[in-house]
Amino acid sequence: MVKGLAVGAAAIGVGAGVMASGTITEQDQKEREMSGDEFDGYFKKNYRVMTESERQATIARFELKARERYSKAIHMSGSLAEAGVLFGYAFNLSRCNGSRKCVQACVEENNQDRATDMQYIRMIEMEKGTFDVEHGTADYDHVEVPDGKFFFGTQCHQCENPPCVKVCPVGATWKENDGIVVIDYDWCVGCRYCQAACPYFARRFNWQEPSIADEEVNPDQHILGNQVRSKGVMEKCTFCIQRSREGQNPACVEACPTGARIFGNLLDPESEIRNILANKKVFRFKEELGTEPKFWYFMD
Amino acid sequence: MRILLRFITDGLKEAFSGSRLYFCWLGLLLSGLLLGGYAYCHQFRYGLQVTGMSDHVSWGFYISNFTFLVGVAAAAVMLVLPTYILKDMDFSKAVLLGEAVAVSALIMALCFVTVDMGGPERLWHLIPGLGYFNWPQSLLTWDVVVLNGYLGLNLLIPFWILFNHYRGKKPNPKTYLPFVVLSVFWAVAIHMTTAFLYAGLPARPFWNSSLLGPRFLASAFAGGPALIILILGFFRSFKIYDIKADTLNKLALITTGAAQVNLIMLASELFKEFYWPTHHSSSARYLFFGLDGHHALTSTIWAAVIINLVATVVLTINPLRKRLWILFPTCIALFGAIYVEKGLGLVVPGFIPSPLGEVVEYFPSTIELMVAMGILCLGLGVFTVLSKAAVAIETGRLCHPDVKPLSPPQET
Repeated sequence: MVKGLAVGAAAIGVGAGVMASGTITEQDQKEREMSGDEFDGYFKKNYRVMTESERQATIARFELKARERYSKAIHMSGSLAEAGVLFGYAFNLSRCNGSRKCVQACVEENNQDRATDMQYIRMIEMEKGTFDVEHGTADYDHVEVPDGKFFFGTQCHQCENPPCVKVCPVGATWKENDGIVVIDYDWCVGCRYCQAACPYFARRFNWQEPSIADEEVNPDQHILGNQVRSKGVMEKCTFCIQRSREGQNPACVEACPTGARIFGNLLDPESEIRNILANKKVFRFKEELGTEPKFWYFMD
Repeated sequence: MRILLRFITDGLKEAFSGSRLYFCWLGLLLSGLLLGGYAYCHQFRYGLQVTGMSDHVSWGFYISNFTFLVGVAAAAVMLVLPTYILKDMDFSKAVLLGEAVAVSALIMALCFVTVDMGGPERLWHLIPGLGYFNWPQSLLTWDVVVLNGYLGLNLLIPFWILFNHYRGKKPNPKTYLPFVVLSVFWAVAIHMTTAFLYAGLPARPFWNSSLLGPRFLASAFAGGPALIILILGFFRSFKIYDIKADTLNKLALITTGAAQVNLIMLASELFKEFYWPTHHSSSARYLFFGLDGHHALTSTIWAAVIINLVATVVLTINPLRKRLWILFPTCIALFGAIYVEKGLGLVVPGFIPSPLGEVVEYFPSTIELMVAMGILCLGLGVFTVLSKAAVAIETGRLCHPDVKPLSPPQET
């Protein structure tokens, strides 16, 4: 009991213990630096209102922290949204075979907690002849596609009018200029109001400290994307911001064996996604809610 | 200033003196609080995984209690309105206790929100100016404003009145009446805001209803006064404070009216959900009949609805309501029924099924129950301390040594 209390108290009074130390050993010195770091981190601003230099300092600090935590070089990017880019996504219902290769690739790319098997993408298997997610199942476990079934993949729809952003009491989540809804993991207070507000079940909460083995950590990280989160904060799909902002496809698109997933720039008239919107009959999930998802479904 | 200090120390002295039984009670509350604190430390260390919540049902017992307690706090207005504004003398003795109920309920409500946070140490992000206050977009920021404001009002008004009585003065109504009027509107606002917090989510059809706000008010104004009747009844039975039967009867009348309106709204909701069930009725179907073989709340909610119905009928029949030995158990029943309906019965089904149609159930964990018990003990403790000092001042037993008390000390 006493131990529990002490741990709680220590966690609240960050850095208080450092003041009490007597002789300074190398270990103390290191701890002192760490605590100072923690202290700065604790009182930092919301990422979106930071100046460029404050952002750089934050990114550097995170990179250092990640390097200390994992025995490999971590590269932390803070790349910004490019002008003239608005990301969009289309999902081909005719092609998806429910292999969940996308789910696996997403977990590996985005450093989700392995202990709780957290996943951003949810595949729902449904009967042909109806389109009712309530009668579908997300926990199918077969490899072959059964007759009379089709698959409906969902993830964050990166709404143009995102309810999660509207309800966040501390503005810890917002829509970037390229349309990606991101989270400042350090600013989130973990109230989970956004989780209640999301009509697409896209948001995930860290109910415990996430754990990923050293060798499984993806070292190419983005401060608003796949950097390893800590307990008590929200996370979600960011269209692999660490990849998409470098001109690559998100991991789920790369991994899809059937080419059911299409990703691109909605503002580029030559892009494949624009071609699909122009030439296929597309629809959006729960469009009647007015969330304006940038995630479309279509059939061949 | 010196009088103020003396007032506070005298009040505290009074609050922490009493019979052996009184100290046993305080000791019991303290041990409950410590146990809850220990459970919370465990949760703080290991994260919210120690609760029964999940990504599917992401709010549970904590937020249920929060919602219910905001209603209890709002109900204090039922005493405030007639006493200060309508000059109904019967209520004036009860009103300070009502406000003590409001303060304790608010403190508990705020604690319940805090223990539900993933990062309670980052809550300073909510402080306007210092953090990033997403007002007016987020209803949660509205709730922060109205709840803290209401807490302030309910501390300030009784403080001013008691402080004056302590000094042997009658406070000039002009100094506090504007705040009283404000607090009446404010009470309605705290509960409507809390209802809007849910009703503003189109992702959750179970909550996304225009009836939710009025229903919150009706159930609060039934449940809150029912609790206050019980507390006043307790004070009366043990001759701690002279409460007239007439006061209890008037309160019972308020409770009855609100309970009737609440039932009408419940019937209206049930009709809408079940006459032509759509996908938007799935949560109600889960709550009342179970869904895909999951029915954790079914028996509880039926019990609550039936008890609510019976209690309201009993209250409606005048000769029954006027007998205190019938009134008290009926109030307990009504309070319990509303607690279930508006607590777990409101919050949990909102998440079931999930927006993707999955049914994952929720059961509170032992840790959650322990933390909740700790918060309850804290609330009871706050109420005990506040009411003990207030009663002592109001009965004239406690006042500044240099003045004559307003009302002569009563024999108790």
